[in-house]
Amino acid sequence: MAGADGDDSLYPIAVLIDELRNEDVQLRLNSIKKLSTIALALGVERTRTELLPFLTDTIYDEDEVLLALAEQLGNFTMLVGGPEYVHCLLPPLESLATVEETVVRDKAVESLRKISQEHSPVDLEVHFEPLVKRLASGDWFTSRTSACGLFSVCYPRVSSTVKAEIRQHFRTLCSDDTPMVRRAAASKLGEFAKVLELDYVKSDIISLFTALASDEQDSVRLLAVEACVSIATLLPQEDLETLVMPTLRQAAEDKSWRVRYMVADKFSELQKAVGPEITKNDLVPAFQNLLKDCEAEVRAAAANKVKEFCENLPEDNREQIIMTHILPCVKELVSDTNQHVKSALASVIMGLSTILGKDNTIEHLLPLFLAQLKDECPEVRLNIISNLDCVNEVIGIRQLSQSLLPAIVELAEDAKWRVRLAIIEYMPLLAGQLGVEFFDEKLNTLCMAWLIDHVYAIREAATCNLMKLVEKFGADWAQNTIVPKVLGMANDPNYLHRMTTLFCINALSDVCGRDITTKQMLPVVLKMSEDQVANVRFNVAKSLQKIGPVLEKITLQNQVKPVLDKLATDKDMDVKYFAHEALSVLELTYPAHD
Amino acid sequence: MAGVASGNDFQWCFSQVKGAIDEDVAEADIISTVEFNYSGELLATGDKGGRVVIFQHEQESKNRPHLRGEYNVYSTFQSHEPEFDYLKSLEIEEKINKIRWLQQQNAAHFLLSTNDKTIKLWKISERDKRAEGYNLKDEDGRLRDPFRITSLRVPVLMPMDLMVEASPRRIFANAHTYHINSISVNSDHETYLSADDLRINLWHLEITDRSFNIVDIKPANMEELTEVITAAECHPHQCNVFVYSSSKGTIRLCDMRAGALCDRHSKFFEEPEDPSSRSFFSEIISSISDVKFSHSGRYMMTRDYLSVKVWDLNMENRPVETYQVHEYLRSKLCSLYENDCIFDKFECCWNGSDSAIMTGSYNNFFRMFDRNTRRDITLEASRESSKPRATLKPRKVSTGGKRKKDEISVDSLDFNKKILHTAWHPKDNVIAVAATNNLYIFQDKIN
Repeated sequence: MAGADGDDSLYPIAVLIDELRNEDVQLRLNSIKKLSTIALALGVERTRTELLPFLTDTIYDEDEVLLALAEQLGNFTMLVGGPEYVHCLLPPLESLATVEETVVRDKAVESLRKISQEHSPVDLEVHFEPLVKRLASGDWFTSRTSACGLFSVCYPRVSSTVKAEIRQHFRTLCSDDTPMVRRAAASKLGEFAKVLELDYVKSDIISLFTALASDEQDSVRLLAVEACVSIATLLPQEDLETLVMPTLRQAAEDKSWRVRYMVADKFSELQKAVGPEITKNDLVPAFQNLLKDCEAEVRAAAANKVKEFCENLPEDNREQIIMTHILPCVKELVSDTNQHVKSALASVIMGLSTILGKDNTIEHLLPLFLAQLKDECPEVRLNIISNLDCVNEVIGIRQLSQSLLPAIVELAEDAKWRVRLAIIEYMPLLAGQLGVEFFDEKLNTLCMAWLIDHVYAIREAATCNLMKLVEKFGADWAQNTIVPKVLGMANDPNYLHRMTTLFCINALSDVCGRDITTKQMLPVVLKMSEDQVANVRFNVAKSLQKIGPVLEKITLQNQVKPVLDKLATDKDMDVKYFAHEALSVLELTYPAHD
Repeated sequence: MAGVASGNDFQWCFSQVKGAIDEDVAEADIISTVEFNYSGELLATGDKGGRVVIFQHEQESKNRPHLRGEYNVYSTFQSHEPEFDYLKSLEIEEKINKIRWLQQQNAAHFLLSTNDKTIKLWKISERDKRAEGYNLKDEDGRLRDPFRITSLRVPVLMPMDLMVEASPRRIFANAHTYHINSISVNSDHETYLSADDLRINLWHLEITDRSFNIVDIKPANMEELTEVITAAECHPHQCNVFVYSSSKGTIRLCDMRAGALCDRHSKFFEEPEDPSSRSFFSEIISSISDVKFSHSGRYMMTRDYLSVKVWDLNMENRPVETYQVHEYLRSKLCSLYENDCIFDKFECCWNGSDSAIMTGSYNNFFRMFDRNTRRDITLEASRESSKPRATLKPRKVSTGGKRKKDEISVDSLDFNKKILHTAWHPKDNVIAVAATNNLYIFQDKIN
């Protein structure tokens, strides 16, 4: 509503506009994020003629502000007057596409790609395509790298003469002097190939692909591997052998380990793209070589792909290929010198059992699992244990339990607390698979021992673990096996252990239910309110607050309230604070005026 | 083009000197590194006070056609501050050990600067527009009544005096236990390496929270330590190749394609020692203080205490060229050891066409060697000859018993005046020579 001498609805907008230039980055950022509000208030005309020209030259700002600006402009079409005027957004985005910060540039390109769709075919040729050309022939490589991401969005919607120009520009950038630009072109090669007519894919893209794949810089060559996947998907099967395979073979044997690593890393995608026949003839031997590569990084990347590669082999002779070609290499990797390789393998090797079936698993895989369970590196053992479920389905876990137990015990007592933490997290899973008897017999002691670990994170994880176990095995089991032990710790001379009792009760009261909580846990908690250590006392208050909802009203009134009232007058400040908090959360305080 | 000789081709003449003339030199003002950018348009120096000063080449003016144009201060900023490592109770000096320019990627310029521990990426950019017009205050900065706003004002950009800003873009810290001696940008334009006494790390220019250790020569037991890394550099064209030199006078060339760790070198450059000249100082003076690839990438040059050697990358068993820098000091090694000068780390540089090389010496002398004619020259950076366009006279140190006229006796050399850092313009015959706190710029005389 406009007043006599001013419009007070303008004030907040005025503040936003002024804060676009505030010294505080956070305020500038806030303003930029509300750019649409500013534009809405200014109207489409002033947004186009005043706001956008100002923003075009704001590229001096901090990266986070520029990033937000680049993102905003991608959604600005309606605010400048709709698709008819969308080209007004090009100048600010063009200047953002030349900044040195990759994230900002990428966001500007993303927004440009978005608004390109809102250009009419005519506007695309009159406004957008010239911008792409300007960027592609810019002096600095930042603008040329940005151009690489824009060809594919305008290509399908322009006339054939302009198409020819675009193809020419892309070709030029593929042989740019700076490796930065060649890398950008190589990474967009697959995307560009997808929008090209098949004939041009064969005539243009293949030669560019071959050239990039034999670039002098390995950082360029490795990106061609990625493009290989998209190009192979586009071509008919009969052309793959002559147009793609020579390059792929060359990449798999490249002098540079980084290129071979990339091949290993993209192996499943490549496998799908080239189809079963080529996989059988070419990729199987290539994969064998990668598994035996002299560089550990490459072996690790290939080892990671073992399961996926085997899964995707043609079913008719999958088992034979695995048994004769892949398994021998896998066997060698089990005793690799590098622990990353072994642990990569350990994270997928169990998956082979479903593919190979029960007999093969017992005969060939089981010895490997057992060897890895005894590996000197804890990560390898952990990876095996974390994937036990796959084996369980095929042969049952009992086959492994003989070796499993020592492995678990050793990890449970590992000197590194992070290793202990990791194994605790697998306990509920193991418990489920091994069954309650085995657990009681072998693992229960471990779980209780973690409760008195000297690292807090372990004690905390151990309490959480107990809760999950009770969820699995039920309240009766809890009452007989763990509750007595947990409550026994309430008399421990170490106050940290006494507190663990409280933490366990917090975690267990819900899953154990009202009966156990009221009859067994509550008396212990109430008794601990007389503990001489303040930390224990205020944790009693916190515990009572936690378990309160499980208890009956009458129990709360008759047993909990008196104790909390007493703690509320404790000499320690924290105890008082938490007692008051518990009283009010449990609604045990009487309103003063009542 | 020869660039060295005093006779036929051209003569070096004085162009400029930067820095205070006072006899009292503040420690913080001592120049610790000098580096031209790729075009030669900018020249950066770093000093012991942690500052970086950038000079820009001004186009030759019409009024003074005889001058090639001068370098004037473009930007000065504090790159590093003194710090204290509380965990190790160690002071970390702010001294700039090295500066390396990045290839220009947009209108701004970027450089890496490093002290002993932390590498920083700086952006140097220009600004010539300023936004004007606020809604809530008027031109004088007085606040307007917020209830009297009748219309919105969008700021307008107005031209202003050129302002050069230096802003830190990335800080690469916590990766070096020992002192960083080298940084070198890779030809892939996205990675660089940094070397300390025992390790070399590879960084991505955009990632600051991790780096890859590519060389580690630290023995399990530090008592078995026999050599340290003294310098390292990436090949100018092959992004997978780098070299590092050691205190034992050897150079190792590594190929990053072969493996993620480059503990095993692919080439090992070492000149067999001459047993007749072996002495107590042999090992100290053979330590390499700098290694530089030629622009062509075919050769590399190493500097040890008394000589500069040029190696062909295809020949590992001996250098193809050896130049004596100040052989007359061989008899003085004992006193140079006592005053610690023997541990001075002299750097060396190539001219733009790799046909000549330059390196420093004592008494503010610096040496140039022409690789084609094998001629050499000793020049002096001194206030006395710093008159505009004054030609630099060649200096001679008397080595025999009898001192000729114009010669300087070895005993009268001033060992406190040393030229450790020099730089040669990548295209032209313009050189920058750091003499303690002064930066001298010399150029060829256009006749």
